[in-house]
Amino acid sequence: MFAAGPRFAGGPPAVIRLDGWLLVLLMLLMALGLFVLYSAGEQDAGLVWRQAVRLGLGLAVLVIMAHFPPRVLELWAPWLFALALLLLVATVFVGVGRGAQRWLDLGFIRFQPAEAMKLALPLMLASWFSRRPLPPGWLDSLIGLGWIALPAGLIFLQPDLGTAVLVTASGLGLMFLAGLRWRVMALMGAGLTAALPLAWVNLHAYQQNRVLTFLNPERDPLGQGWNIIQSKIAVGSGGWTGKGWQASTQSHLEFLPEPHTDFIFSVLAEEFGFIGVMTLLFLYAAITLRALFLASRCRDTFGRLLAGTVVLMFFLYMAVNVAMVSGLLPVVGVPLPLVSYGGTSAVTLLAGFGLLMGLYSRRRFMGES
Amino acid sequence: MKPIGTLSVMRDERAELAVISTRYRWLVIVVLAVFVLLGFRFAKLQVSDHELYASRADDNRIRLQALAPNRGLILDRRGRVLAENLPAYRLVVVPERTPSLDDTLDELHELVEIGADELERFERQRQRSRRFEALTLKSNLEPEQVARLAAQRHRLPGVEIEPYLTRHYPHGETLAHVVGYVGRVDERDLRRLPIERYRATTHVGKTGAERSFEDTLHGQPGFERVETNAQGRVLRVLERSTPTPGRDVALTIDLDLQLAAVEALGSFSGSVVVLEVRTGEVLALVSQPGFDPNLFVHGISRQDYSSLLNDRQRPLFNRFLSGGYEPGSTIKPFLSLAGLETGAITPDHRVFSNGYFQLPGHSRRYRDWRRGGHGWVNLEMALAESVNVYYYQLAVELGIDRIARELALFGFGRSTGLDLPGESNGVLPTRSWKRATFGEAWFPGETVITGIGQGFTVVTPLQLAHATAALAGRGRTAPPRLNGAVATLPVQMVEHRQAHWDAVFAGMASVVHGPTGTARAIAPDLPERIAGKTGTAQVFGLPDDEIERALRAEEILPEHLRNHALFMGFAPFDEPRIALSVVVEHGGGGSRVAAPVAAQVIARALELGH
Repeated sequence: MFAAGPRFAGGPPAVIRLDGWLLVLLMLLMALGLFVLYSAGEQDAGLVWRQAVRLGLGLAVLVIMAHFPPRVLELWAPWLFALALLLLVATVFVGVGRGAQRWLDLGFIRFQPAEAMKLALPLMLASWFSRRPLPPGWLDSLIGLGWIALPAGLIFLQPDLGTAVLVTASGLGLMFLAGLRWRVMALMGAGLTAALPLAWVNLHAYQQNRVLTFLNPERDPLGQGWNIIQSKIAVGSGGWTGKGWQASTQSHLEFLPEPHTDFIFSVLAEEFGFIGVMTLLFLYAAITLRALFLASRCRDTFGRLLAGTVVLMFFLYMAVNVAMVSGLLPVVGVPLPLVSYGGTSAVTLLAGFGLLMGLYSRRRFMGES
Repeated sequence: MKPIGTLSVMRDERAELAVISTRYRWLVIVVLAVFVLLGFRFAKLQVSDHELYASRADDNRIRLQALAPNRGLILDRRGRVLAENLPAYRLVVVPERTPSLDDTLDELHELVEIGADELERFERQRQRSRRFEALTLKSNLEPEQVARLAAQRHRLPGVEIEPYLTRHYPHGETLAHVVGYVGRVDERDLRRLPIERYRATTHVGKTGAERSFEDTLHGQPGFERVETNAQGRVLRVLERSTPTPGRDVALTIDLDLQLAAVEALGSFSGSVVVLEVRTGEVLALVSQPGFDPNLFVHGISRQDYSSLLNDRQRPLFNRFLSGGYEPGSTIKPFLSLAGLETGAITPDHRVFSNGYFQLPGHSRRYRDWRRGGHGWVNLEMALAESVNVYYYQLAVELGIDRIARELALFGFGRSTGLDLPGESNGVLPTRSWKRATFGEAWFPGETVITGIGQGFTVVTPLQLAHATAALAGRGRTAPPRLNGAVATLPVQMVEHRQAHWDAVFAGMASVVHGPTGTARAIAPDLPERIAGKTGTAQVFGLPDDEIERALRAEEILPEHLRNHALFMGFAPFDEPRIALSVVVEHGGGGSRVAAPVAAQVIARALELGH
């Protein structure tokens, strides 16, 4: 896409190569998303415009992040992590929001610190593990878990179970990439299973309800179970080819909750059927695999761990959302990445992809210093 | 690669990167596995289970909405309308579309007065419905109210004037107890009605023919398949099947005769029943006073209802169907037949009436109505002059159980089966009945007064008319009915020798046409010979017969303590076509009050060709 700049040891090239394939796939995904959003958002062109502007902003952030020197990020990682933690603590005490305190009102902008943590934690972990011998030993693994538990616990207190689980999962994913030993993982799995009852007791009543309803949606078909049941009806009634663009009955007749945010995939499934679903899943798979390929070619440990985790997070978002709308997972309030209406997560994800491209384009200097 | 010696402090980045690469391979496997899993999930939902979810999506959005059929008309035997559907207007409010419901209601109240009842009903509806549903605030608007509302409607969003059909009874009070009325479907109706036919129906027959013939009148509802959103709001109509209107019901009633009977009763409370002897068809059926059934169609106001309930003349009480009266002397023709049939008397059997009757060994005197008695009387005289002593003796001779058995043949003591709801059985007393009801033995004195239709015997005016029809048909008549569309076959209810019928008929003719008959005063008003019998039912007994008789003669008893006056009869005498019963409450004596009413009705019936 861009011409490669002059190569010199230790420093960044003058012009960074953005990955053409990945960029095209991401833009295809976003275009498809806007297309579905027009139908899901009750044909509100203003809504589509606002989302397009946010995505444009996200692309700008992507380009900036791609140019940001990874070395600086690596050095700043502990400080960024500390700052994000501080904001999370502040959110617990002075946060705003309905039912859960997730937002921090800075006067000119309302901001979700948990979103920042989605990048800050992988940064912190990547910089930590890249300075330790790999695969990590018992002690390093425990410390790594501590880095994860701190922000995850604070997010859980907001309470935002979905994000807490995703942040934890992406942290664990990074440790997996770092070579966490299988027996450590087995032990962690056992510990987690043992801790489940304890965690259950600490869940809010509405969170417990969500899990119980997920296990048996008919338990509360008009309340908590409604979303899962209606979403499955939307998906299933789509059939092979769907009901056609803007012809979804489940969403336009308001049976489907939040059709333009968390359940936008159900709208796509209903309007474009199995073929539409496969197309979108194929797009996501292509992005994930291409990004994983790029991440695995990064120059150093830090780059590979960080880039891989960014991709993993994107993948997890997608998988959790799609599993949720198809009734495989409980309703956890996770948006469909780059398609659901909403700015914060899109910007975070695009920033992550920018980071990934920046890290990848420095691969050529690996081992040449 | 660095030298071996520095291995312990130097990190082997190449080896570490190899570890990470291995893990990447694992990650790719996991990612692919998840995509395959999701692919299968959607294949299951969208391909294999598609039918299930497609139908559930349709169930979600498509609703069947019932359309109410138009109710059939009720007509008289000559096709004149007794119950019809008139176009009317109602005031409808959609709460969601009003800027402020309270303000709108206030404004509407200024334009057309809205009663507390109407407001209360509106509130009750509102609590059970969604905000976008149209609720009726006031029905049956007056034309000037419609005009006033129409002029102001542009500044009252959410308010509509809706046309509809309302039930109307053009003859109001005249037929209130026959035609009955419809009212709003309520909880109790829903329990007895077939729900699927009544989903859209607002009004259902509550009493009278409206209730009896509900099934015919109602019709079949139509349906609309409509698409609704999750809140149930109708977005469009997908399919429509029109309702089948209810069928008209022609009653056997002759409106002209009904009007004549009402007029004949005048301001008295009471009842007139006219039956066709051969078919049992009901030609006139009056319970006086009536009430305006139109009041009930739109929900009667509390004030109107309590004034009807508290009226001492009890206009809501259906006298011909549920009113229980002592038959008095109208029972005598039937007892005469029982006596003839059992051989207790013959037509020439004579009894000396000296003014009173005593049971052997008892001191109580049972009196004749004429002081000093009637002298020697045979059966014809006994009927014509209504000689009590004759029937005291006959009753004692027959005994109560034989009386009950013979009277039961004429249908006394059980409902006639008229096709109207709420008919009483009356009472035909026997020994066992008294023991079961009062836990007491039967006393001989009670048999004596049964001979003149007093004591425990209770008949309804309809029963009396039906028994009279059986008598007129020489034992042969059909059960009474109102439905003009079905023909019931006459049945031989009683078998008697022709000579016995002739003897009783002769006595009944002398009641009207004999020189000493109790109803001889009406003979000049009749176009043809008829047969009849007067009767008086005691309302109030005084301890001393002499004082009572004196008081009654002077007419100084207050009206509500005066006796009921009765008359039964058939016409024409030679070829009886109609039978009737007349009850005039607190009219005094049967001969003076009830017989003239009967004469007027019979004259009119014959004039009308019945």
